[in-house]
Amino acid sequence: MINEHLPALQVVVPLLAAPVCFLILNNRLSWLFATLISWLCFAMAILLVIEVKDGTVLHYEFGGWAPPWGIEYSVDILNAYVLLIVSAIAAVVFPYSWKSIQKEIPESHHRIYFTAMMLCLAGLLGMTITGDAFNLFVLLEISSLSSYTLISLGSDRRALTASFQYLIMGTIGATFILIGVGLLYALTGTLNMADLATRIPELEGSRTLEAAFAFLIVGFGLKLAMFPLHLWLPNAYAFAPSAVSAFIGSTATKVAIYALLRFLYTVFGADFSFNYMQVHWLLMPLAIASFMFASLVAIFQDGIKRLLAYSSVAQIGYMLLGISLVNVTGLTGTLLHLFNHALMKGGLFLVLGAIAYRIGETRIKSVAGLGQAMPFTMGAFVVGALSLIGVPLTVGFISKWYLILATLEKGYWPVTVLIIISSLMAVVYTWRIIETAYFQQRPANAPTVKEAPLSLLIPAWTLIGANLYFGINSNLSTDLASSAAKMLMGFEL
Amino acid sequence: MMIVTPEELIILALCIPLLTALAIFLTDAWPNVREGFTLTGSVLLFFTVVALTPHILAGERPTLSLVEILPGLEISFTVEPLGMIFALVAATLWPINSLYSIGYMRGNNERKQTRFYIFFAIALSSVMGIAFAGNLLSLFIFYEVLTLSTYPLVTHAGHEKARNAGRVYLGILISTSIGLLLPAVIWVWYVAGTTDFTAGGILEGHISGPLLTLLAALFIFGIGKAAVMPTHRWLPAAMVAPTPVSALLHAVAVVKAGVFSVVKVVAYIFGLDLLKTAPGIEWLLYMACFTVVVASIIALQQDNLKKRLAYSTISQLSYVVMGALILAPLSLVGASLHIAVHAFGKITLFFAAGSIYTASKKTNISQLDGIGKRMPWTMIAFSIGAISMIALPPAAGFLSKWYLLLGASQEQQYMAMTVIVLSTLLNAAYFVPIIYAAFLKPEDPSKLNELKRDHKEAPLPMVIALTITAAATILLFLFPSTALELAKAVGVPI
Repeated sequence: MINEHLPALQVVVPLLAAPVCFLILNNRLSWLFATLISWLCFAMAILLVIEVKDGTVLHYEFGGWAPPWGIEYSVDILNAYVLLIVSAIAAVVFPYSWKSIQKEIPESHHRIYFTAMMLCLAGLLGMTITGDAFNLFVLLEISSLSSYTLISLGSDRRALTASFQYLIMGTIGATFILIGVGLLYALTGTLNMADLATRIPELEGSRTLEAAFAFLIVGFGLKLAMFPLHLWLPNAYAFAPSAVSAFIGSTATKVAIYALLRFLYTVFGADFSFNYMQVHWLLMPLAIASFMFASLVAIFQDGIKRLLAYSSVAQIGYMLLGISLVNVTGLTGTLLHLFNHALMKGGLFLVLGAIAYRIGETRIKSVAGLGQAMPFTMGAFVVGALSLIGVPLTVGFISKWYLILATLEKGYWPVTVLIIISSLMAVVYTWRIIETAYFQQRPANAPTVKEAPLSLLIPAWTLIGANLYFGINSNLSTDLASSAAKMLMGFEL
Repeated sequence: MMIVTPEELIILALCIPLLTALAIFLTDAWPNVREGFTLTGSVLLFFTVVALTPHILAGERPTLSLVEILPGLEISFTVEPLGMIFALVAATLWPINSLYSIGYMRGNNERKQTRFYIFFAIALSSVMGIAFAGNLLSLFIFYEVLTLSTYPLVTHAGHEKARNAGRVYLGILISTSIGLLLPAVIWVWYVAGTTDFTAGGILEGHISGPLLTLLAALFIFGIGKAAVMPTHRWLPAAMVAPTPVSALLHAVAVVKAGVFSVVKVVAYIFGLDLLKTAPGIEWLLYMACFTVVVASIIALQQDNLKKRLAYSTISQLSYVVMGALILAPLSLVGASLHIAVHAFGKITLFFAAGSIYTASKKTNISQLDGIGKRMPWTMIAFSIGAISMIALPPAAGFLSKWYLLLGASQEQQYMAMTVIVLSTLLNAAYFVPIIYAAFLKPEDPSKLNELKRDHKEAPLPMVIALTITAAATILLFLFPSTALELAKAVGVPI
């Protein structure tokens, strides 16, 4: 009985939990409740994955209104997989939050924090699961507005400008998406994605359809920080509270990529997107520019959070590259990297949170000597960095393997070389931090530092450990990603 | 007696060093117990690897798969003759090196000794992984683990110079392996659908023409540990490490992992016959020839003893690469033998250098006049090592060069033959003067180090260690049958 309502509960539970978080007047209880809900969401995502793993698609009609009139939620392997990523990261970040925000957010704002996090989670899960184009826009706005709030909670005053900058850019992006969806509605009279998919092929050649496509690509490009629309991202990640950077950094852009894929493949269809619009020739140069440019800029950063933010732009470039190759291997690489990058960047931001908790800042200079003072924290950082580089036995290697294989299949040699150069730049920017942590002494007048508390270390190591586990035994992630890729490209499972 | 299957022996060989590392970590507070574990672990590993040898000689190829990292790609192990030689060399020298390390680390009051022994043990485990790797991916993984686990050893001293050296070390080894070797591995997987090491190669019919040469070049230069110029710069840089590290890792394990990988790829991925069809493949051979000669000439100009040995190593490594690229079965035997032969000779030389430093704090060749009278054991061992480098009987170096020359003449590679002869002369030119100065020149009092005006032999464990390896160099010449039998089976399908 409850099982058939799972798709709705996946979104409704965190959505209803959000105001409750605010109404519970005790901060600690509010946190416990939020943590519990995040675990519940994770459990529901696991159940959904199990149900759709064999290729079945679940449909849920909201309020019993039959589509295309009512809102429909539909779950296939692709969005179950993304739900799993988002809820898994939430299930780690929520327990971590309590300790982390003690020093970063004033106590009076704690409940706002949990409420906004919960809303953000609900929005992201909703965007992933919905089968309705307009509903997707609404949920995108829920997640975006709550993330503006979350970023502005950062202790640095510059968090406010970062949040405002993101608000402006994000709103432009959302408006573009709304215009795109509006044009589609004007053309077809429907908002249901499956319904749109059946009507769009008849409209090929329509200028309005092309405009809708363009608006949607640019809108999602902004939300997922595609070069050169990435400018909001470094500030937003750098000045947000650590737990927020970890959560948003490893989920928000992933969901935007998912939405892009959903529109490219399901709504418009591969034929329209790639044969007619040739969108891959737009995505590929921008993807390459993303990872080359952002990796280069990351080398010259002084703040570790900003450095990791630029690295995120680069990783998004890899994901876009996988899409632009238009083959199963490349798309598998993209989907794998959604999962793998969430693990590595989430883990690294949590590690940074632990560092910030102890020393109050995260500039590269300030981590000098922490190799000795915080061995478990810095050990986690080293593993995360290796994963970012793509060293074997970490998840980073698995993603790179698929991406490089995909470029070889296409015969795009120069792109292979560029991926490798960008990986080598990752060696440079991560090694600067590691060297400082292990080979420089803490300044003589600096206060002594203890290892981070367990309540921060355990979540951080959970994600970092997952980097190793799924790097050695990648069955789960590769199975899901390759089935989802085959499904999108229209192969039999 | 307990019966252990060869597959279990493979697991043991991989796990013993790791368990040793764990035991060392737990006994940090008791240095004597800690060193006891290092010695016990290394001796156990030695017996494990030795126990595996008869199986391989009998023609068995024990195989073991661990986990599937990617669909169709597993971490797997297969023991074949070449890997057996490499594993035997490393496992024989680890106990001796441990003995030496204890003398050296205590004699010089080195810092952070526990960390030193832990990373040493981890490095040995990855060496076993490389030796027994059953496919390219497994080889690549352990290759990277070896690079990362030796990085803390190179930068052991922790000062600015060590840090810069570490940067060069990682910079070259990681950028060549990720930049060239990894794409080569993926390329092989892409064209052949497998990366399993198979005698005779797996690429026949999958790739040909200039692309084949390009792939071979990616491997030769991507395996930066083989130190073919211009990827050699990490090796002299790594000499800032404590001498036992230079001795076992940068004269034996790490560099041999490099040339081992080259030979393995040539024999088990390409196959000699296929590579012969690659246009311009001789240019790779010429690069190795160039490295042999140029590194020898640079060695000639070094006054720092360890630096001279480092450049000598670069030159000797390229013998192995030459042996593989001459593409004759006999030169392959020479290359495989040289892996073992050079290891024993060069570790003796490094042991001697470290022993001189510990006893007298001398690091330069110009300071060594007359030192043979104060340190007779050390300098006699040094001379034996040097003779092996020059390849004169009765040292084992003669054997491998013999096969290299035979193979080169069979293939009519006159360039390679000339280079071998020329380099023999150069080897003599940079080693003989040291021996001459040590034994025949009078001691120059003005050059005696202030701190250690009057010194004798180095601590006993060090002298024992270098005596054993020097003796082994001669014994390997007198009783080469096992090594030869293994070397002759390299790349030959059963």
